[in-house]
Amino acid sequence: MTIKSNIPIISEWDIVAARQAGREAAKKMNFGTVDQARITTAISELARNIFLYAMPGNIIVEEIHENNKYGLKITAADQGPGIENIKLALEDGYTTSGGLGAGVPGVKRLMDEFSIDSEVGRGTVVVAVKWL
Amino acid sequence: MRIPILKLNNLLLVSIQIELDDQSALQLQEDLLEKIHQTSAGGVVIDLTSLDMIDSFIAKVLGDIVSMSGLMGSKVVLTGIQPAVAITLVELGIYLNDANTAIDLEKGIEILGKSGVQ
Repeated sequence: MTIKSNIPIISEWDIVAARQAGREAAKKMNFGTVDQARITTAISELARNIFLYAMPGNIIVEEIHENNKYGLKITAADQGPGIENIKLALEDGYTTSGGLGAGVPGVKRLMDEFSIDSEVGRGTVVVAVKWL
Repeated sequence: MRIPILKLNNLLLVSIQIELDDQSALQLQEDLLEKIHQTSAGGVVIDLTSLDMIDSFIAKVLGDIVSMSGLMGSKVVLTGIQPAVAITLVELGIYLNDANTAIDLEKGIEILGKSGVQ
């Protein structure tokens, strides 16, 4: 059966729930421990971003097949305020919450593929893929 | 969930055995500082062996615990960080440079002993 879970992010506890779903999926797909850590950490960062800035939103974790490649895809979609300056949000150390500002640029480094699409007033969709 | 803090002579020992959510991390920060104040502990070992991931929020809380305890005069050593966690943290751009670290709990206690905390 194909792995797919959709976790609504409506409270702080959902960050842990999303992380657990990612860890389980990564384990089932036989990712190594380092990639499992990368995947759960990336999900945690994306889920926290939704919780802090853009609720309500969803984290979708699913396995994908593409050109003989097998991977895990994380989609973080929200109906929040959107990001005005994506370039700035992707800079290391940029934060509006007093955090470390490692979240979004960090996710990009942890995963193999990364894309972000945002519209002010409509929301943001981040897609990140880790290939096995 | 509350993380237990154990006292051993002049040291406090914390072993994180749960899936660490944001609230529990912040609760630990508060509880630990309070316990340092109550016991006048000179050193703290926080064992992270059971954690299979540390994200930027948890890293920030741990870094803050190190700084805050330092302000109070208590030295913190973080121990047992897993290889996968070390890799992910550095890839995230987090180095926790101000934190003392040790391979395991035993070495952590040893480091504190050598710096005069027992």
